[in-house]
Formats: sequence, structure tokens, C-alpha cells
Amino acid sequence: MTVHSPKAKAADMDDKTDAPLLQVRNLRTEFDTHAGVLHAVDDVSFSVDPGQVLGVVGESGSGKSVTALSIMGLIARPGRVAAGSIELAGHGDLTTKTAAEMRKIRGDVISMIFQEPMTSLNPVFRIGWQIAEALQLHRDMGRKEAMEQATDLLARVGIASPEKRVREFPHQLSGGMRQRAMIAMAMACAPQLLLADEPTTALDVTVQAQILDLMVQMQHAEGAAVILITHDMGVIAEMAQKVAVMYAGVVVEEASVGEIFDTPLHPYTQGLLASIPRGNSRGQELQAIPGLVPNLLHLPTGCRFRERCPAAHGPCAKAEPPLKAMPHGHKVRCWLHNTEVPE
Amino acid sequence: MSGQTSQIAAEGKAPEAEKGPARQSLLSRLAQNRLSLVGAFLVAVSIFMAISAPFLPLADPNAVNTSDRLADIGAPGHLLGADELGRDILSRLFWGARITLAVALAATAIAMTVGTIMGLVSGYFLGWADTVISRVVDVLMAFPYFLLALSVIAILGPGLLNGMLAVALVNVPFFARIVRGTTLSLRESDFVLAARGMGAGHTRILFRHILMNSVSTLIVATTLNIGWMITAAAALSFLGLGVQPPTSDWGTMLASGRQYLSAAPHTSLLPGLAIFFTVLGFNLLGDGLRDALDPRMREV
Repeated sequence: MTVHSPKAKAADMDDKTDAPLLQVRNLRTEFDTHAGVLHAVDDVSFSVDPGQVLGVVGESGSGKSVTALSIMGLIARPGRVAAGSIELAGHGDLTTKTAAEMRKIRGDVISMIFQEPMTSLNPVFRIGWQIAEALQLHRDMGRKEAMEQATDLLARVGIASPEKRVREFPHQLSGGMRQRAMIAMAMACAPQLLLADEPTTALDVTVQAQILDLMVQMQHAEGAAVILITHDMGVIAEMAQKVAVMYAGVVVEEASVGEIFDTPLHPYTQGLLASIPRGNSRGQELQAIPGLVPNLLHLPTGCRFRERCPAAHGPCAKAEPPLKAMPHGHKVRCWLHNTEVPE
Repeated sequence: MSGQTSQIAAEGKAPEAEKGPARQSLLSRLAQNRLSLVGAFLVAVSIFMAISAPFLPLADPNAVNTSDRLADIGAPGHLLGADELGRDILSRLFWGARITLAVALAATAIAMTVGTIMGLVSGYFLGWADTVISRVVDVLMAFPYFLLALSVIAILGPGLLNGMLAVALVNVPFFARIVRGTTLSLRESDFVLAARGMGAGHTRILFRHILMNSVSTLIVATTLNIGWMITAAAALSFLGLGVQPPTSDWGTMLASGRQYLSAAPHTSLLPGLAIFFTVLGFNLLGDGLRDALDPRMREV
């Protein structure tokens, strides 16, 4: 990109100060279905600072993964990013990039770790080959050098006897080791931003903790910012500095991790926190949020959470609340915390 | 290929040398099936015949010797007898194997390459590319196989090369269909998404990630297809539309011997048996490979 839009220029200059690494504004991602246009991500805005870990929480179908894929530019037909901007410091608006420009950014500046380590590695290629592929795509590097780097990377993600493992195939590795290999692939080019889509969901609990530790460690070493997508509030507490809670395609609450856990404002966030089983809740019934995430094609009028909300009242049915800024950098989308109630 | 076979390798056992155990496991899986061993043997025999023809002390396959016309099996100087011009049948079978196999293999290679590329492109990009390619494939498949081959010959004229092209064209849809199917499912797989997330372009994804995962399907399809190719090429030669004299393959031998079926049945029976056993061999081997490469059979 030689020609910068005024916005991109501003982002370039801000980079020197403490500006965000990634600024998503009013992102709207749609999918054409036979039943109509589905708004999987509906007017989502957030930012990530360099080196920060942003946790994105929500149930299945809340638009977390689609948000991540939109940032990566990996939304495929029949989906599309319909509106909004994704500003990456030093690179401008990603939504305006051509396919070739995005290919240069993906895997180099932004990387992604996927949920399923069992199927995210190509079964017919050796582990080392796959890591080396990432390096060869973005660095002017020969085969041999890339393989040596791949071995180093495997050692750095804590895989024992990496010289042996680089020559093995994915089926010869356990789930935890495969996710380590995926992390090695994602970190190969030292990206500035790492998107992790439920990186531990498919793993055993003991392995989950190891993988989270590894991610923290790699993130500190590389200074990369992370967008961590999960439905596990425990993972958020462990990793994130900032949290965005998503529900049915919108951000309903955004705050620092301390704020979210100490003073959750949105009834949905409160419900998510209450549904975590605790040691002292033994013998009591598990708390659950009643109902299901609404069909995105048939959203209720007004607030999207209204039909499942224990605190739903008059204005909730009339209009969707805006995301309102509260003290301590807290933002919430709820009429309980907004006095400008519609008529 | 090594990736594919290793993927098939027995679970759990950590292989010491990387390739050895994986290869062995495919072979041993194949060896468990007696019929596929028979198939492999028959294929090996026909390939041996084709390769060894110039090196063996065989009579000149085109040497006419009227005193030996229609010599019987075991006649002096003619182990398997002689044909209507007194040419040595054994020698002609060996030399004919070269032509027959070369035509079949080359036609398969052409059909596989063209069909695979068509299948990859249509299954991966979908949209108008898929519409165009799939309709072309449908049109080709709507013709009876042999009629299509005959019309190609009618346009290009008879001959070895044209016969091969005709047989290849007829089989392009077979490969295009198979590869399109595997591509359709592989394009949605997590590792393709992960490769895209790494910054890989379409070419790399198609010709490395997707193609290499289709190899086992292709091996089976190709092996089974060669048998059909041999029959088709021989049939064209039988009709005089393929190989032209003086070169001859098993199909032309069969055709010329046909006129002496009652007087000297061996002149047509022997090339017929050669075709039969070779095709049978490729089919048995293909079936065996399909079983050996089928992941569902791995559990057993």
C-alpha cells in the first residue's frame, strides 16, 4: 500500500504513541442464506493494544469466531464483511486490502490458532514441513534453514526431542502436542497479533493449563497481542487483561478483566459468571441461563437478550440499547444502566 | 506418497526408521488379501514382458515365415506357435505387451492429469468454473464410452497416438468426478482453513494440501482405470482403428487370429488370454489397494 487513506496515516502516526494495534469499528459480517441475510456480526467495535490480551467470551453462535475470521479476511462465500473497518497499526484498513495483500499479512503480521488441533494439521505432511511452510511463505528462506527454524520452534513450544518430531506426521502426536505444533506454526513469523479461537476447548483439562501457560509465555517473549476467543470464563480470568462479552452478534459488555469479574453489569455476563461451578456450590443445582441464543434471522425486537433476561422490563422490548460508556472504562449495552430510555 | 502410506501406518507403534514401517504396513495390508497378491503378480508378469522384450532371445516379431503358417503350440522354433504369416506368437506377445501397456499407461496418465486438474478447479473454486467444467463432464459422460472414442478417431483418423488420445479423453470425466468429490470435502477441512490462515494462496492449497490428500483415492482410481484402458485400446486396435501394421498390440493379434478361429484357435486365444489376465491383474490389484488404503479397514 503506497497510497494511504487519511485514516491509515493517522494510524501510522499513532503507532508511535500508545495507540491500539487493532481497531475494529462497526464491523458487520453477513451471510446470505435461503431464508434471508444473516447478521452474524452486527456492528461490533473493539480495540486491542500492543501486547494486550483481549478475551472474547460468549456462547456458541454469538459471533466470536466470525469476528476472528473477519479480521483474518477469511470470510468465504456466501459470507461477506458488509460494513465497518478493521484498522491494523502500520497496515491500514484490512477490509480494503486485496486478496494478495491479505495473504502477505496472514501468517506474518496476524496469525490464528484454531480450535481443533486434531484436524487443523494436514495429515499427509510432516510436522516440520508444515511449520517450515509458514516460514517459506513469508520469509526469504531456503528449505534447510526453514526446517532448522522449525526444529527450534518446536523446542520453544516445549516439545521433547524436536529433531525427531519435525519428521513425524500429525497422527503420531497427541492432541496437546499438535496444539503446541499449531502454536509453533502461528508464532513462526513472530506475528504482532495472534487470534486464538478456543485453543484449549478440544484438549484434556490438564493439557489445557499447559497450553495456556505456553501461550502466556510465547506472548510475553514475542510481545504479541492476543485475541483469545473462548466460552470459558476460567480461561479469561487466567489470560486476559480486557474482556468483550458477545451475544447474538453484538458486544454486550466490555471492560477490564477485574471489572468484569468484580462488577459485571450486563445480566448476560452475570449469568455467565453464575454458571461457573465452584467448589462451595457442591450439592446445589448448577446455574444456567435459560433458553438458547436466538436465531439470528429472527431476532426479538428491542434487546437481543430480552427473552432470556431475568431483569427484562418495559424499554427492553422497544429498542436495542446502545453500548454505553460507564466509569472505569466499562461499557455495557443494557437499559438497566442507561437513563436515556426510549419512549 | 510417503506421507500417504505413513498416514496409513498402524496406530500407536512409533516407527523407528521413518519410512520403513509405514511402507511395510501398506504392503503387509495388501499382502493379507490373497486376490490382490494374484493381481500384483499378474501385473508384474505383464510389465516384465513389456520391459524384457528387447533383451530376451526372442524371434523377430515381424519376421514372416510362410512355411510356419499357423504353427501349433510347441512347434519347433515356435514355443507358442505362429500366426497366419508364420510370425512367432511368443515374441509378438512380448512385443505387443509393450504397445498395449504403453498406450494404456500413457492414456491413463493423460486422463488422470487433465481430469485431476479439472476436478480440483471445479471442486475448489465452485461458481462458474464448476458450472462449466461439470457440464462438460456431464456431456462427455452422456455419450456411450466407446461411441465417444470412435467419434474422436473419426475426427483425428486412426493410429496409435490418436487411439491413445481417444481413450484418454473418454476417461477424463471419470477422474474429474472423483477428484471434484474429494476436493469438495477437503476444501471445507480445518487444515485448509489453517493453511489459508497461514497466508497460503490458492495454488499452494490446491496442489499441495488438497491434491496430496487425494493421492490414495487417485492411486486406486488409476489402477482400476488402467484395466479399462487396456480393454479399450485393444478394442480400438481390434477394429483396426488403433495401432497400424506392421506394429501390433494384443488387440490387432486378436483381430488377425479371429479369421482362423477354428483352424488355429491359439492364434487369437493367446492374445485374448494375455488381455484377460492383465486386465484382471490390474482390477484385483486396484481392489486390494482400495481395501488397503481404506481407513475403515484399518480397524480390522
